[in-house]
Amino acid sequence: MSNFFDRLIGRNRESSAQTAKQRLQFVLVHDRINLPPERLKEMKEEILRVISKYVAVQGDEIDIALQQRDRNSSKLVAEVPFSGSLSGLAERASDPDKDKDDA
Amino acid sequence: MAGKVITVTSGKGGVGKTTTTANIGVALARLGKKVVVVDADIGLRNLDIIMGLENRIVYDLVDIVEGRAKLKQALIKHKQFPDLYLIPAAQTRDKTAVSPSDMVALANELRKEFDFIVIDSPAGIERGFRNAVAPAEEVLIVTNPEVSAVRDADRIIGLIEAENKGPAKLILNRVKIEMIKKGEMLSPDDVTDILAIKIIGIVPEDEHVVPSSNSGVPVTLNDHSRAGQAFQNIARRLCGENVPFMNLEQNQGFFQRLGKLFGGGNG
Repeated sequence: MSNFFDRLIGRNRESSAQTAKQRLQFVLVHDRINLPPERLKEMKEEILRVISKYVAVQGDEIDIALQQRDRNSSKLVAEVPFSGSLSGLAERASDPDKDKDDA
Repeated sequence: MAGKVITVTSGKGGVGKTTTTANIGVALARLGKKVVVVDADIGLRNLDIIMGLENRIVYDLVDIVEGRAKLKQALIKHKQFPDLYLIPAAQTRDKTAVSPSDMVALANELRKEFDFIVIDSPAGIERGFRNAVAPAEEVLIVTNPEVSAVRDADRIIGLIEAENKGPAKLILNRVKIEMIKKGEMLSPDDVTDILAIKIIGIVPEDEHVVPSSNSGVPVTLNDHSRAGQAFQNIARRLCGENVPFMNLEQNQGFFQRLGKLFGGGNG
């Protein structure tokens, strides 16, 4: 009877062992690079702020991910879609005669 | 005869390092090897009581290091296995009493006499751990299929690699196959996926272990114990033998098999 009940709930939720594995894989990436999740988040935000000084970042599809092949080799892989160039826009805005000189 | 130095460590406390060291030591002696087990903890003494040798201590590791005793005086011979010896831990509170180079010097002396030197590391990552690992030619990491033990084991693996003592091998201890089947416990495959390390032993949870420590008779001497059998297999693998891993399925009783017939098993 209780076995039936166990199987009923078991089938509808992720096993705790799977949860444990996922949690461990996540936390170990951060342990190994000595950068806890919150610090990593701050780093990503800072990176985006720097990029945003040069180009107009398109917010919807930004992905900055930490990849780790093994204990000793990690990399940060960033996909930062942006449109045009902020600095180009700013130049033309402040000096409307610039293009005339190049002609 | 140049002996091999094996250090048993874990990071996390309470996962079974001392039990493993004692049982590997006894199992190797049973295979005819000359073995010394060394309790490298400083301050807390454990290996002696697990092995039933607690009443035989006269000198300890610190006595040897500080020159108060010769090696031969401190070595405690096991009653049942005349080629199995113990060097007990000191009960001093001074953590600096022994250094990594002291341990290397000690191991070099022991190598001349013994086939295997098995060192029981304390928990943690401080001096005691570094002392225990300093002379190691092989490091065995003991862990349990449980989140905090596995996390600590990962840190230890990193430290071992940083010391150029790797690759370490893993002993997964206190495994409960029924919980694994129900998805309630990490499996050996889960643990090796997470840690990226080779397993040298899988030891099942076994109710024979506590009574055997109670009696001071290491569980590997109990032929009815599956944990005991697992420790024997680890010893054989350490000797170079290719031993397949035990099937951890419990022997099924009649009513359990009947239950399966009526849909009691996993879908």
